[in-house]
Amino acid sequence: MKDDLKDKAKSRELSLIIESSPHIRDKDTTPKIMYRVIISLMPAVATSFYFFRWRAILLILISTASAMITEVLCLMARRRTLKTVLDGSAAITGLLLALTLPPSLPPAMAAIGASVAISLGKQVYGGLGHNIFNPALVGRAFLQAAFPVAMTTWIPPVTLKVDVATYATPLGNLKFQNAIALGTLTPLKDLFWGNVGGCIGETSAAALLIGAIYLILKKTIDWRIPAGIILSLSAFTTVFWLINPDRYAPPLFHLFAGGLIIGAFFMATDMVTSPITRAGIWLYACGIGLIIGVIRLFGGLPEGVMYSILLMNTFVPLFNHYLRPRILGERRPKK
Amino acid sequence: MAKKKTFPRGVHPEENKEFTSHKPLEVMPSPEKVFIPLLQHFGAPAIPLVKKGDEVLLGQKIGEGKAVFSAHVHSSVSGTVAAVEDIIHPNGYPVLAVVINNDGQDRPSPEIKPCSNPLTLTAEEIRQKVREAGIVGLGGAAFPTAVKLSPPKDKPIDTLIINGCECEPYLTADHRLMLEFPEEIVRGAELARRAVGANRIIFGIEDNKPDAAQSLERHLNGFPAEIVLLKTKYPQGAEKNLIYALLHREVPRGGLPFDVGVLVQNVGTAKAIWEACALGKPLIERAITVTGPMIREPKNLLVRIGTPLANIIAYCGGLVDHARLIILGGPMMGLAQSLLDVPIIKGSSGLVALKEAYLEGEFPCIRCSRCVDHCPMGLVPTQIVKFIQFEKWPEAESWGALDCVECGCCQYICPSKIRLVHWIRLGKNYLIKLKRKKSPS
Repeated sequence: MKDDLKDKAKSRELSLIIESSPHIRDKDTTPKIMYRVIISLMPAVATSFYFFRWRAILLILISTASAMITEVLCLMARRRTLKTVLDGSAAITGLLLALTLPPSLPPAMAAIGASVAISLGKQVYGGLGHNIFNPALVGRAFLQAAFPVAMTTWIPPVTLKVDVATYATPLGNLKFQNAIALGTLTPLKDLFWGNVGGCIGETSAAALLIGAIYLILKKTIDWRIPAGIILSLSAFTTVFWLINPDRYAPPLFHLFAGGLIIGAFFMATDMVTSPITRAGIWLYACGIGLIIGVIRLFGGLPEGVMYSILLMNTFVPLFNHYLRPRILGERRPKK
Repeated sequence: MAKKKTFPRGVHPEENKEFTSHKPLEVMPSPEKVFIPLLQHFGAPAIPLVKKGDEVLLGQKIGEGKAVFSAHVHSSVSGTVAAVEDIIHPNGYPVLAVVINNDGQDRPSPEIKPCSNPLTLTAEEIRQKVREAGIVGLGGAAFPTAVKLSPPKDKPIDTLIINGCECEPYLTADHRLMLEFPEEIVRGAELARRAVGANRIIFGIEDNKPDAAQSLERHLNGFPAEIVLLKTKYPQGAEKNLIYALLHREVPRGGLPFDVGVLVQNVGTAKAIWEACALGKPLIERAITVTGPMIREPKNLLVRIGTPLANIIAYCGGLVDHARLIILGGPMMGLAQSLLDVPIIKGSSGLVALKEAYLEGEFPCIRCSRCVDHCPMGLVPTQIVKFIQFEKWPEAESWGALDCVECGCCQYICPSKIRLVHWIRLGKNYLIKLKRKKSPS
């Protein structure tokens, strides 16, 4: 009897934890995902320095700092714990925004953009996980509306010796300067390596793809989203290119020009603002690709990645609601 | 080589089976005292047949399962009844139990009568013997086996699946049973097949146990049985997923395997069926794996039902200091225990001691969709949890809250560490209560 009591006392001494199953967890965590995305953007940061030097680094630092400071202020206003500032999500927003800014943008504007991205793009909805639109793109859309000239003034990379005054991005050149007829369409090689004008982080497809492959291998982003965007945009532009190659650029040009790669692999794949089911993901991705195609070929703007992602973001709650997967054993609708 | 059969989605946690997979089953000596709950199965508790002071014999029936969904309970030792009182059940609630002081002599009950040729028994005789032996599903759900062996007339069974997946990490008891008792398992499966009139037996085994498949293969001669290796993935052994993996049949929502002509039995249950029919032996012991990084000498054991966890842990060298999590069952679906005086019951497949539970906070859901991509039932766990949190009951139900099998894949994979299964359990309980209220009684 005594031994019994001792045993009982001993088991209480152990102070065992009671919790409901499962009792083991995968090692991956949300902050790890965030920091992995930041790491994956480092090649793009490096090439931005290579092509645009300290301007790029300054914009990146200012934008990231502004995003994180705004996050702190919003969390304080909402009386929430400040620990979540370090979860990496605000830093990603600031960094992604910076990578989509023109190199000549005054740093103060970048700071304003990042602040709007966090406050109006994310915190007004209730913080991480609750926003409808990609916060970095909200910030960028705000800047485009507020400072249209600064946001569309381009300088060539330091590696390119050209006339600075009339410099245009490859897509601007295509749209406004009759590049196909004049034979001045930017060569694919330059587009791929990034030796062209444009936003600081989007010029080098190669650098972005290195990071993107890393994220796909780590299963951090869903490959279906970039695949859907690339396939639909390629299909769309191929059709028009085949109809009239004198007027429309080839599909490969569209894939590597402008913000397509950064948009498809890093913006559209934002987990919070992309659908959660397979069917939704394909629809979302193909929608983005088609809208980009329509804007680039027929719209007033040379580039359409930002607006097409923001537009498709609005459909995500709808997709999530109506395109839920079939439950095992659920009756298929009769054919 | 053909692609291994499997089900869509699911997860693959670290298997951690190497602690015990090579260790033969060891018979643990019976403890001085056993605590035998009268409710160890799905259904109504058994009615006690003994009182304090009574002499009981090994294998004597001490609790009678009167209801259809119930099972008899037998003494796992011989000795004197010390009490019939409430004890803490592994699920955390008090339950009536028979406490027996073991005299250590294992004097068998005269109720135990061997049968010289069990393969000549009729279906009804097999069911009768299984019911008498108090057999329940040994995979964990502990559904009374005699009920499972009596399918409704309008739902003929064509296939009996014997579940040797053992997809829970750490656990190896079923693996050892297949290696050490292949003949009993195959013959028990054959008896179950005859009881339900199925025309074939399929053994489903995960491909991390090829030796178990070979072991069973040697005893299949003359029986309409085959062995299928399945991909090692959790929850391959979950009934509905196993049926899908092997036969591509989908058990309808809210339905049972009967509905698609299938019966699933665990390998341990098959062995118990054989022993009940051939030896007349009631279910008084079971194989369990005692393992985990916090157990000094992990072992596979054959233990008497009613043995307290403390005795089992002591027999395995004790706990490493600072063990904080003792799980009865596997780490994905098992029950965490607060006390070590809780007994082993019929449905306990393992005892896993881990260092620590995950106690840190949750992050907000970032809609990464990993829970959706891994749910073996095709559910959207994060959305169901939101419906439950906001008490949207009709939505929670139509999105399949009640289809959740609580396998734990979503919570395992969630990078925000949200306690999804916990919420869904809460919601399921509430939904079932709501339904009971609504249905006219």
